[in-house]
Amino acid sequence: MNEQNTVTLLIDEVSVQVPAGTTIMEAAETLGITIPRLCYHPDLSLQGSCRVCLVEVQDIPFYVTACSASVTEGMAVRTNSPEIRQARRDIVELLLDNHPRECQTCERDGHCELQRLAYTLGVRERLFEGERKCFAVEDSSSAVVRDSEKCILCGRCVRVCDEIQGVHNLSQQHRGDLTVVTPAHGAKMDDSVCIQCGQCINVCPTASLLEKSHTDKVWQALADPAKHVVVQTAPSIRAAIGEGFGLAPGTPATGRMVTALRRLGFDAIFDTDLGADLTIVEEAHEFLRRLQTGPLPMLTSCSPGWISFMEKFYPELIPHASTCRSPMSMTSALIKSYYAETSQHRPEEIYSVAVMPCVAKKYEAQRPEHYLTPDLPMTDAVLTTRELIWMIQSYGIDFAALPDSAFDAPLGIATGAGDIFGTTGGVMEATLRTAAEYLTGNPVQRLEYTEVRAVEGLREADIAIGDQTVTVGVANGLINAKTLLDRVIRGERQYHIIEIMACPGGCIGGGGQPYPPRGFHILDPALLAQRASALYQSDAARSLRRSHENPAVQALYDAFLGEPGSEKSHALLHTSYAAKLPKGIR
Amino acid sequence: MSNTNQWDAVDAQSRAVLPDAIMHYITECRARPHAESRLIAVLHKVQQHFGYLAPEHLDAVAQLLQIPTAKVTGVATFYHFFHLEPRGKFVINVCMGTACYVKGADRIAERLKEELGIDFGETTKDGLFTLDATRCLGTCGLAPVIMIGDQVHGEVTPDQIPNLLEQTLRSLRSS
Repeated sequence: MNEQNTVTLLIDEVSVQVPAGTTIMEAAETLGITIPRLCYHPDLSLQGSCRVCLVEVQDIPFYVTACSASVTEGMAVRTNSPEIRQARRDIVELLLDNHPRECQTCERDGHCELQRLAYTLGVRERLFEGERKCFAVEDSSSAVVRDSEKCILCGRCVRVCDEIQGVHNLSQQHRGDLTVVTPAHGAKMDDSVCIQCGQCINVCPTASLLEKSHTDKVWQALADPAKHVVVQTAPSIRAAIGEGFGLAPGTPATGRMVTALRRLGFDAIFDTDLGADLTIVEEAHEFLRRLQTGPLPMLTSCSPGWISFMEKFYPELIPHASTCRSPMSMTSALIKSYYAETSQHRPEEIYSVAVMPCVAKKYEAQRPEHYLTPDLPMTDAVLTTRELIWMIQSYGIDFAALPDSAFDAPLGIATGAGDIFGTTGGVMEATLRTAAEYLTGNPVQRLEYTEVRAVEGLREADIAIGDQTVTVGVANGLINAKTLLDRVIRGERQYHIIEIMACPGGCIGGGGQPYPPRGFHILDPALLAQRASALYQSDAARSLRRSHENPAVQALYDAFLGEPGSEKSHALLHTSYAAKLPKGIR
Repeated sequence: MSNTNQWDAVDAQSRAVLPDAIMHYITECRARPHAESRLIAVLHKVQQHFGYLAPEHLDAVAQLLQIPTAKVTGVATFYHFFHLEPRGKFVINVCMGTACYVKGADRIAERLKEELGIDFGETTKDGLFTLDATRCLGTCGLAPVIMIGDQVHGEVTPDQIPNLLEQTLRSLRSS
């Protein structure tokens, strides 16, 4: 380390050397001291509004915010003087004064940062009692519910929506004690440019933003003897669900998850991985066709948040989007057609539940395009990973101790290509595994395409397949997608195929994934890497790793669908999109 | 596939809402760097023209300046100067500064509310009067003071209120 670029300071009388430009908060972390914080998030811009991270600095006559103040040479910082402890406690007490007293009945009880902070700082009584803000809960949305009374105005949701997603849907409106975070004009979420990705829910420290709960509907269906209740689980659930039960992040829990679902009373348990394999086969065929007739690049269509984003922000690119339904909707379509036929159930008596890492899937499920008839949705309920974890806990199942079991036939067999759908670049890698064989007409040895794993949010690569070069782009987090799409629109680079996932890291970072276990922050790249590694482990352990080799998919085409791209597969497995208002500003 | 791009329609709709002078101003702003920094100036012009900022005005400004609508409404709702509801032909401001208050501004305000049938911040149904409270107008020697439009009225008593309102209406009729 260059001497001039290093700063030496004292934190709680311990000397520490850090690079110049480091904040006090970061410097303290190098000593293993976590300064309490609320509005701070390492991936978002600094706001410094909550004042919880105050520290004392010698010779500075006021307290400074550790998140935003940089270290200086010879600085002497105290993080836990009695005065500082008192100031922090006062700040949190004042926040609590304007916060509903309903921890016991709150959805985030036990996972709430404000609650944890109040406990950590030693708030044991409520000294300040006064008038509280009063707002109605906005729960008209199909996916994201907003309860502004629980909002502490930390602005994380506003920043994630601006800086990670580029949607700019939320902003603080009005001023003073009337300040409230809403979309433009205080509109309902479904009437705004919201794309229902749920990242605002992820970063919210309280229960001010939550997914629309479907757990009641599902308990009811499970208790209804007239209903045949079927469930499917997305690829990324197995990579994250264990965190809810104290398993180390990155522990694949597929077998235990299936057993838990059986214990909950589901009549059949299917794997969305199969839908993913099917998506690949259909999408690879579509891609081959587009290579001949255009339009290129083809954009993937698995992520419903991205699809909404396209419809509101980039409607001119709709012709580029693959018409393939998402793996969830493909699986659901087959559950109420193929599975209904083979299991001799009327589609109306099947109740189809999907467990998804995603909040936008709740929105997708109720889009009219995903209804078999005007009264018959393909998917009846969508549970987020968080909701399923709660149901398993609520039932009293000791998840960690469960034996493994396997998904049910006929929609339970999948390949490794389906597994990796859950992480960024996975759809691209799976597509390449299959398209390579379709393009060359020969078996292709190569399985892994690590150059498309966009862990940093944006990747481009030229992939040699036979004598062709396929130019691919992969983006996760819609701000990265914007960069890529703007390049397409300006004609700066000719891509053949682009994978876009709305959420950072892909589905493993979805808006419905578990709140982070201790030691990780939400959207922590280290946590996402662990979840991704669970999926890659699962992929590597499979004997079948190319979607088109999936015997269940082959059987489906033989017995039911005909061939990829057939009329029947178009009716069941493909969809359409339309420009939507309000038009987003990009 | 057709009709995938609604930009032309959105643009045309936005242009239809705003008068030409403001459209020219916005075009000028966009030709310079940091057009977004002109947002408040544009909102001032829109309010000057319409008397208030309606949702469709804010939407149009957002689209034409390419500033996210949530930001535009955030700014418009933050500043007291911007009004989101139509204002009356005459805005009555009751000075609530210390001197006026001591001299009975609250009784003046009560009488105005009674005569007009509205509260502070509201506008009469006929669209003629808006009632507001204001901080010191700097004419403490005349306390208590009210302003009707741009006219200052000093040493007002509650009983003069009906007459003042009548005079105001007469001025409207004669103009």
